Formats: sequence, C-alpha cells, structure tokens
Amino acid sequence: MRPFKYTRASDAGAAAQAVALNPRAKFLAGGTNLLDLMKEDVERPDELVDLSRLKLSEIRAAGGGVSVGALAKNSDTANHPLIRRDYPLLTQAIVAGASGQLRNMATNGGNLMQRTRCQYFYDTAMPCNKREPGTGCGAREGLNRIHAIFGWSDKCVATYPGDMANALYALDAVVRVRGAQGRERTIPVNDFHRLPGDTPEKDNNLQHGELITAVELPKSPFAKNSYYLKVRDRASYAFALVAVAAALEMNGSTIRQARVVLGGVAHKPWRSAEAEAALAGRPASEESFRRAADAALAGAKPLAHNAYKVELGKRAVVRALMRAARLV
Amino acid sequence: MSDEFDEGSGPELTADEEALVKEMPALIDIGQARRTFLGQTLAGGMGLFALMLLEKEQALAALGTEPGAVFAPAPALENPVRVALKVNGAARTLEVDSRMVLLDALRERLELTGTKKGCDQGQCGACTVIVDGRRVLSCLTLAATVEGREVTTVEGLAKGDELHPVQAAFIKYDGFQCGYCTPGQICSAVGLLEEARRGDVSHVTEDVTAKVGRLSDDEIRERMSGNICRCGAYPKIVAAIQEVHSGRESARTWHFVEEEELARVRKEWEADETV
Amino acid sequence: MPRYIGKEMSRVDGVAKVTGRAKYAAEFRAPNLAYGFVVLGAVAKGRIRDIDAREAERAPGVVRVFTHLNAPKLGQKASTEYAPPRNTREQDKSFRALQSDRIYFNAQPVALVVAETYEQARYASRLVKVAYDAERHTTDTEAVRESARAPSQGPPPKPRGNPEAAMKAAPVKVEAEYRIPVEHHNPMEPHAAVAAWAGDKLTIFDKTQDVYGVRAHLASTFGVPEADVNVVSPYVGGAFGSSLRPNYYPALTAMAARELRRPVKVVYTRTQMFTGHGHRPYTIQKIALGAEASGKLTAMIHTAVHNTSTFEEFNDNTTGFTRQVYACPNLFAPTLIVPTDLPTPTWMRAPGAVSGMFALECAMDELAYALKIDPLELRLINYAETDPESGRPFSSKALRECYRLGAEKFGWKARRMEPRSMRDGRLLVGWGTATGVWGAFQSRASARITYRADGTAHVTSATSDIGPGTYTVMTMIAAEYLGNRPEQVRFELGDTNFPRAPAQGGSQTTSSVGSAVHGAALAVAAKLLTLANQDAASPLKGAAAADVEMLDGRLRLKGDPSKSVSIPDVMRRNSLTEVTETFESRPSPERQKYATMAHGAQFVEVKVDPDLGQVRVTRAIEVTACGKIINPKASHSQEIGGVVWGIGMALTEATEIDHRYGRIMNPNLQHYHVPVNADVHEVETVFVEEDDKVVNPLGVKGMGELGMVGIPAAIANAVFHATGRRVRDLPITPDKLL
Repeated sequence: MRPFKYTRASDAGAAAQAVALNPRAKFLAGGTNLLDLMKEDVERPDELVDLSRLKLSEIRAAGGGVSVGALAKNSDTANHPLIRRDYPLLTQAIVAGASGQLRNMATNGGNLMQRTRCQYFYDTAMPCNKREPGTGCGAREGLNRIHAIFGWSDKCVATYPGDMANALYALDAVVRVRGAQGRERTIPVNDFHRLPGDTPEKDNNLQHGELITAVELPKSPFAKNSYYLKVRDRASYAFALVAVAAALEMNGSTIRQARVVLGGVAHKPWRSAEAEAALAGRPASEESFRRAADAALAGAKPLAHNAYKVELGKRAVVRALMRAARLV
Repeated sequence: MSDEFDEGSGPELTADEEALVKEMPALIDIGQARRTFLGQTLAGGMGLFALMLLEKEQALAALGTEPGAVFAPAPALENPVRVALKVNGAARTLEVDSRMVLLDALRERLELTGTKKGCDQGQCGACTVIVDGRRVLSCLTLAATVEGREVTTVEGLAKGDELHPVQAAFIKYDGFQCGYCTPGQICSAVGLLEEARRGDVSHVTEDVTAKVGRLSDDEIRERMSGNICRCGAYPKIVAAIQEVHSGRESARTWHFVEEEELARVRKEWEADETV
Repeated sequence: MPRYIGKEMSRVDGVAKVTGRAKYAAEFRAPNLAYGFVVLGAVAKGRIRDIDAREAERAPGVVRVFTHLNAPKLGQKASTEYAPPRNTREQDKSFRALQSDRIYFNAQPVALVVAETYEQARYASRLVKVAYDAERHTTDTEAVRESARAPSQGPPPKPRGNPEAAMKAAPVKVEAEYRIPVEHHNPMEPHAAVAAWAGDKLTIFDKTQDVYGVRAHLASTFGVPEADVNVVSPYVGGAFGSSLRPNYYPALTAMAARELRRPVKVVYTRTQMFTGHGHRPYTIQKIALGAEASGKLTAMIHTAVHNTSTFEEFNDNTTGFTRQVYACPNLFAPTLIVPTDLPTPTWMRAPGAVSGMFALECAMDELAYALKIDPLELRLINYAETDPESGRPFSSKALRECYRLGAEKFGWKARRMEPRSMRDGRLLVGWGTATGVWGAFQSRASARITYRADGTAHVTSATSDIGPGTYTVMTMIAAEYLGNRPEQVRFELGDTNFPRAPAQGGSQTTSSVGSAVHGAALAVAAKLLTLANQDAASPLKGAAAADVEMLDGRLRLKGDPSKSVSIPDVMRRNSLTEVTETFESRPSPERQKYATMAHGAQFVEVKVDPDLGQVRVTRAIEVTACGKIINPKASHSQEIGGVVWGIGMALTEATEIDHRYGRIMNPNLQHYHVPVNADVHEVETVFVEEDDKVVNPLGVKGMGELGMVGIPAAIANAVFHATGRRVRDLPITPDKLL
C-alpha cells in the first residue's frame, strides 16, 4: 500500500471537490474492495477521502419507489422493511453476496464500483490491460474458467463480480451522481457499467470526482414474482460462476413483462433483452422458460475453460424463472 | 512515534496481564523456576495459560537490542492520523500511519493480539471485531476511520472471569481446535445473535418478505460462512451458537460402541456365509 | 477403572483460546522489533540478472533490503530427522532464501525488506526492481509424466506375485485414471517467526510442528551449537503438515535479526504461503483391478505419478497403503516422481494415503458396479485378515466391525444399487462408502514430570498442539497415572528447553508423547516407592514398581489398596518438596512381529442438484477403529475435521497454475476454496475401541489423518451413485456434473 493522504470529508460537496482536484485521489466508503486492492498494489491512490461521515445512508420512500442512500450499508439495505416488502429480489441478491461482516461494511455505492476478481488483475506480476493498459490480457489464453462469455474483447475477458447490481439492473434502478461542481445527474443503472472494449481500465461511466449519492428504485411490479439464483463452487462466501436475477410481472398465468439479468458472465450485469422478449405475453411454464433461456445464452462466446457457463447459464435461467413464477 | 499517546510500549505488561499479576500474586516471581501452583479453575485456566506465555515473552524481551543495532534514519510516521476511539470500553488515542488498518493497530500497537490476521484480504473472517455493535472485518477497516467508534474485540467479551455465553458454549461443544479462527468466530457469532434479534434475513431465508423467527441450524451455517475454520469445527460451532441463540442443547454426535453391540454384529456375520 | 482416560474433557487451553489470550508466533513482542516483508519473484526458472533495491532502501522507515547480493551465506549441512511419519534421515536440501541468483520456482523469495513498521516494509517491498534471465520451465506434471521415476531413497518397487499375468486372466477388470490437483494446507494462521539474538544465542518464536527440527535447521544454518538455539512455539494456528519441515522464513528472519542486531518479525501473507511451504503434489494415478466373478481380487496394478521439485526429492508414498488394505496375491503399486519447477511438495493431512485411497476406493466402487456386487460387500469379500504385504498378523484390526456397524447406523441396507435411483424431491441422492487406513506410528519421545508434595505436577515435552488437543490429552494421561486431578497438572509444550519429542505429524503424538508422559508418571511412582521403602515401617515393603499406583496423594498397592502411604509424608521424611523424573519412551520391539494399523469405514450421503451440478454432503458417518480413545470429545473433533477436509478435497479445493508462466494463480482464499460452514452438515462418529497392548502401553493409534482418508472417495462414489457420473478428476465442481 502506497503512502496516501487521508481526509475525512464532512459533506458531499467537499468530498467531490477534493477528489476532483487530485487525479490520483479516491473516495473511500466501505473499503472492502479498495483496501484489498491497495494492499495488492493494484489500486495506487495517493489520497483517500473518507465518506463515512456523510449523511448519505438514508433509505426512504420516494416518488412511488424507494431511494437508497449510496452510503447505506448492504446489510441495512437488504433488511430494510421497504426493500424486503417491495424489492425482495434486491434483498436476495445482496444476501447472496460476500459474508455478514462484509455486508455490514460494504455500501451500495461502493458495491456498484466493485472491481473484477480476475486472478490476472490481482497479480501485479501478470499482464492485465485493466490494471495496466497495454500489458495484454493474461486470462484470454490463460485460466479463464471464471471469466466472461458475453461482451468480452481481446483486451479483457473479466467479469463484474457483484450480486447486488444484477438485481438493480432487473429493477431498472437509477444511479444518482453528484459532480465536483455540485451538478447532479442520473444514470440508468443499465448504462452505469461498461463493456471492456479497448478501454478495460474503465469499469463504468463515472467521471473522476463524481460521487454516487443514491440509487433510486422505481415502483416495481415484480415484488410477487422474483428470484435471485447464484451458482458457485461452494455453498456460501464465493463469487458466482453464474447468477440470475429473474423477475416476472404476471397477468393471471400469463407473463406481462419479465426481467432476466445474468451475473458472472460479462464485464457488467448482463441483461438479456432476448430472453425478456421471449417471455412477454407467454404463459409461465417450464417450456417458456427454456425458450427464454436458449434465447438468453444464444449469443454466448465461451473461452477455453468456461463453455460450461453456457449450459449452466441456461439451466440457471430456467430455475430462477421457475422459482420466480413459484412453479418450484 | 510520539510519547504523548497511551499506546503500549514494547515488553511491558498489558492491562490484562497487570490485572492478572495483581489477581495472582504468585505471578510476581515470573522467570523463577519454582512457584506456587495455581489452581486451574476456569478463571485459573485463563491465568495459567496467560502466565506460561508471559514467561516466554519476558525471556524474549530480556534479550533487548544488541550494540550496533541498525535503525532506519528518522523513521517518522508518514501521513499521521490521530484517532481517538474506545476499545473494549476504554478510551484510547493513537497516532497511526494512514495506511494502518484496525487489525494491525490492535495487534501491533494496542497489544490486543486476540484479533487474528488470517488473510488480510477479507476472505477468512479471522479478524472479525465488533464496531458500534456490528461485526466487521478489521483487516479492511482503516484505523483512521474508526475515530469516535466503539470497538469490541474478543478480549472485551468476558466480564472479568465470567465468560461471554458464546465463549462458554464454544468450550462446551469443542467449537475449535487450533484456536486461531476462534476469536473471529466468537465475535462473528455475537454479531450474528444481535442480527437475529433484529430479524435480519440471510441467503437461506426461504421468504425474505416474512418475519424471521428462531434460526435453524442451516441459517446459522449460512450466517457463519464468512468465518473459515480450517480445522473444520463447523458442526460444533453451529451447536454452540444454537444453544446460546435458542437455549436448545445439541445432541452428542459420537458414541463408543458397547460390548453387546459388538458381540451382536460379530454373531451376525458368523451366520452370514459371504464373509 | 480409569478416572480420566476415555472420558470427555474440555480443552485445558480452551479459556485461553476463546478469550484471545493464547499467543501465536507473530504475537510475541520484543523491544525495537523490526518488520520484514518478503518480495516474491515473477518467473518460474532462470536467474536474477539485476536487482535494484535503491529506491526501496530510500523509502521512509526502511532499515535494510536483503537480496542474494548482500545476504550472508547460510550453512546447509545435514541436520536432523524431521520427516514423520517415515523418519528418513536425509540431508537438508530444503530451499533457503537469497542464497544465489538462481530461480527455482515462480513466486520464490528474491528479497526481504526490513523496516520500522509493517506498513513501511510492505510498501517498500513493491519498490524492489528485479530483472530476470528466464529459462524454459515446466510446471505441468501431465506434460512430463512419462519421465517419472522411482524415488532414489528406499527400495525399488517390487511386484507381489505375478500381477500382469493375473490381470490378463481376470474375468472381470476395471481400469481407470484419477487426478488430484495441487492442494495447499491453508492453516488459518499464516506462518510467522519473531527472532532475536543475544550474541550467538538465538531465541525464535516460530509457527512449527517440530521445535527440535527447526532448532537443528537453524543451528546448522548459522553454525552455532543446537543448545544455543531456543525455538518456542506454544500455540500453532493449524498446520496440517505445512510446518513439519523448517520452511525458508525462520532462517531468513533469524538472518535479518543477526545482521541488524535487533529482533525481526516476518509473517507470510496468505499469498506467500502458497510458495512459502510445500503442497500436496499433483498426482496422476492409473489403477487396474482384476477379480473373479465372486468379487475376489486377483490382481491390482496401481501406479502413481506426482511432482517433486528440481532441487529436492519428495515422495508422498501415494500407493503405500494399497499393498495393505485388501487381500490380493498379485500386486504392483509403485509411486513415481517427476521434477517440475514448483516448490518441493510436502506432507498434507493424510499424505499419500488420502490420494492413493481416493483412487483405490473409487476403483473398488467401479469394480463393484462391474461385478454387480454391493460396494460394501466387495470390501468384506476382500478383507485382509493378515497384512497382505508382510504376512504378519495385525496387532488389532476391527475394520469388519466398522463396516458392519457403520452400515447399520447409516441404513446402508436401504441403498438401491442403481445410480440415479434415489431422490429427495428434485435432488438426486447418493450414498457412498470407502475404507480409511493409517499406520499406528510411534517414535521416540521424552517427557519430564515434576511432582510436588502438594499433589500438583509440572509436565513438559517439546511436542506441539496444532489443534488435536495435545495439551488436554497429556494433562489427562498425567493426571490418570499421577493420581491427581487434571487441574493440578500443568502441561507445557512447544519449547526446545523441554525434553525432545518428535514432530507433530503422522498421527503419532498421543502414542509417542503420551507413552513418554505415561512412562514419566510411572517413574515418579517408582521413585516414590523407593523413597517410601527407605522407611522400615513402609506397608509397601517388598512391592515392585509395577505393583503400585498413585492416587489422591497416596501411593498404594494395586492389589490391596488398604496398603498405602501418604506421598507428602514420604517426601517430608526425605526432606523433599518435589520429585522429578524424565522418561524416554521407544516403540517396543514387540511391534515388529505385527502390522500396526488404524482403520475406519466411512459412509456419506450427498444430494446433488441435477440441473445446477451443486453437491451437498448432507450426512457423514465415521466409524473408527484406532485403539483406545483418550478424549472422545477432541477425537470426535478430529474426525469432523477429517470429513471437512475430505469435502474440500472432493468438491472444492485446487491450486490453479498457469503453466505458461509456471505461476500459481489463486494464491488466496477467494479463489482457493476451502469449505465454509454452509458446506458441512451432519457428521457422526462411532468409536470401535480396540484393546491393543502391542502398539504402546496406552493402546492408542492416533486418528488425525485416519478420519480424512476415505472421505474423498466416499463422496465421489456417492456422487456417482446419485448422478451416474464418475468424476475421476478432483475437485468435483458444478461444471463437471452438467
């Protein structure tokens, strides 16, 4: 960990400004990912602006939906009565991730900023375009069992590792952001993360110094029929091989609209418009779900060691939809 | 390092050890070959083992520095941050390198080595402590960020000689072997019990929209999965926590085969011609 | 009737452990302590062309940067026996850091940065710049398996009978290949040392299973007498074999402390642990079994190939137990090794046995299906009444009882042979079984007891307690034979100032050190008898040492307890306040007439999600025959640990190497998956005690390894039963079951 200046921000404006002024400064929220990467010398900020004292952790009803503070802890978010009642998918996704201790530390904003768990990204002796642009991608021809099957580029095959965001994508959340000059803007969560393309060093579309202040959840028609499924190498405390956030709005036994988001398969949560289209207007049945699963995985391009994710992804989509529809 | 702060200084006794020495005057002759034996009651057991270690440590401390020892030129603290916090109920003030995490502050500066470093990366749970009532990982908490917070470590759970119920249950069920993950397991369990009282949900909660009642063993397993125990004491950890949580005693899961049982199976296979 | 032995006892170090007072190596304080941080290399083979430590040395707080250019040369002469359970006396060729520009494996230490604080050392470690002349490396055992050869130590592998011909003639045959990846111990406590010198005398706090082994290693390294090296290790936070040999860091730490003339502490990071000690080797096993239609084995050919390093030979003896488990007249079971550019492998819990038995016990299951004979029945058909290798009788062997009782307890009768025939809702249910086996080892060990007039005792032996409960079991044995209460016994270990004991490995501690404590207690009684009988009026006149016992402060005749003397009185009459006896126990020659082994039968139930490939081990029963159980409470914990390790090996654990770079890519606990709490469900232990007077006076065999040996095979067999899928390459991750 390199030496860095530590400051404790008293308000959002000061925090954003402090970071904007220094291209090597970073915000510190829960620290669960940033400090780990700093110890590994992957992240090398020379200034940390501690956000923990900012009043950005409120969770409240807003405009028919719910506004969740960027600094609300994952555990508080998952257990908030409004979230459990109206967005159980989000609750399930959050508690599928990490551990009790980590969820007590991690914030919602920080969770969106979570970086990949690619082994080559973590090891500074290895090539990685995300960590050091131009050095190559170690995983492309290397060990890539846990890597992307969608949207990867020759520069980077890493995946976004989180769970919470998969649910936020399914729930059409909006990310509220405050710039250095106090200017606020909103980013639909679907546009928040990026695909690697030629600039894998950029995980998302935030500008330097922009601070996430809240995540806004619109009123959701999915509370009754949603399910978060996570498949991993052990029963708990592991990243997803494949995860699925599935949500259905039912009209009797017919699906009015659906959301299918896959996790662990791309550089961002992978929302499948194809699967959603295949489900709309169909009866909720295993057959419909199989068709949707085939559609969801049709465009997958597996690497040397992760072809299993295509079949596993299909089965996970079917299972998640079956659970969402309460058919199993 | 500045002297104005109350951090520990090398080989002197910690507060706990001092208390121990006061409690048990026999300890005053540390280093001498003979001493009055200390009864190994539960409390005495605590003293006994602390005593054995203290003696070993004193031997090392006595070695000191040799002539010609090499030091770094002007080893001033970089990016110093002053932190005032409460640790196990006592106010402490520290000046730390901004890079220092709470775990290292506890272990290297406050002489509270009960909190363990297992991976230093948030992947094992050994460093779990309780900050403002919640279980968190001290390895991923910058010391600078705990200004004004209340930190409880495993050393702060017992009330004098009276163990915390979770500690007592861990002994009763043999919820540990090497003991290294144990402080983290115990702090995590204490945090978990509070979360359970609040009605928090988990990954294995069937219906997250419903009220959560008494935790099943599966619930405890999932909620303790952030604490790795390589010795594999998990079933006994679950039994210990379940008893504190619900008062329900877990059945013994081992038994000796009795002579009659042996005689019976031996007779059975004599009748069985395949063997 | 024993008062303590065989009864449940909570750990005597329990309070110290649950209150955080138990101190592990890195937690001992020393004045003016400096912090060392190891810098790891980035190529798998070659030479260091250039190493530039200037920037690191200029960094704030840095005391010195050691590299091969400025580090003193360390002695490397032959040292000691630190190789349980096989006790080979071999030269110490273990890797020592910073001794040359040679790179033998990726992530080899290339520098040690020492600074005033940990943060400073860690940061400066990143500033050391190293350039390499890399050479072509090989880390893939598969790629070089054809060059595998027999280890140079030990007799060359010899066939029994005529295995080739018997195999050819066998009416039923199965043949398959099994793979076990490199695995790492991953104890929760990272390896650490705190070293301080006073002149030429070294005190070092080290995480080790063998304080005497580390002492010999350091004495030879620094050319000082062994008596001037004090190795202290009162608590070890798990080791599982990773601390059996002196790893490179104790010498490195002591070297830095000597050069800087102040105490130094070095602690591995989790990542450094992956090349900072050995690993379970990558093992390829080819196994062929031939049998008659009745199920009787007629031929076994079992060949194992595993990696060693380029600078040292390691032999896991993978196929060792294959020779002793089943009665079969024709057998060939060589273990071959092949060098690769990885660190030297080492013993990892149930070394060799769990790997070999994984292959053998899966093959037995395959044979059972080929024969259409119940897998348990097949094992009973081939039961070895005497040791098939030596022809000697077993000193005791209650394995048949284990099979029978385990089957009954588990409900094996209800098992339907057909794979995929049992379900729980949509989950597939599978039941599997396997045999566990381990040697009943014993080594020379010493213990010293000081028994005082007030009935208290101080007992010491330089053994270790890495978790099995040695503190407790030795306390129980001492109290049993001194006739006092456990709370009157203070047992200490882990210090070279105490009498010599073997490394804590190979499940030999209770048999070896326990026998020494037992012997020392009897020696105390004998001494007291002599003292008592100096009094003409002694009621014990004429009694031999074997006729008396100590109980509650009295020495009495076993045959007639009314004849007794007060021990405090005896001592007072002799102007003594205490009696001290040291005893060295040795394996009895009687053992040579027998095969001495521990056995067990293991049964598991798995439930498999047929769509998602996730396996849960929902039930495990360990039925164990390993002589006498001293403390069933801690023994049960050992068995549970064995099951958890078996689950890890079977389902989750693998060290992944990118062979292009020869580098371990998952040196952490986020990608190296050890089982978590949610992976473990019901585990039950049944002890079938054996009355074995041959193995040692206590009749104990040890069980730390035994409980793991059959579990991976039992799980793999259960997965086959559940799914019809035979996975022969561990671990059985979800992708392999789709």
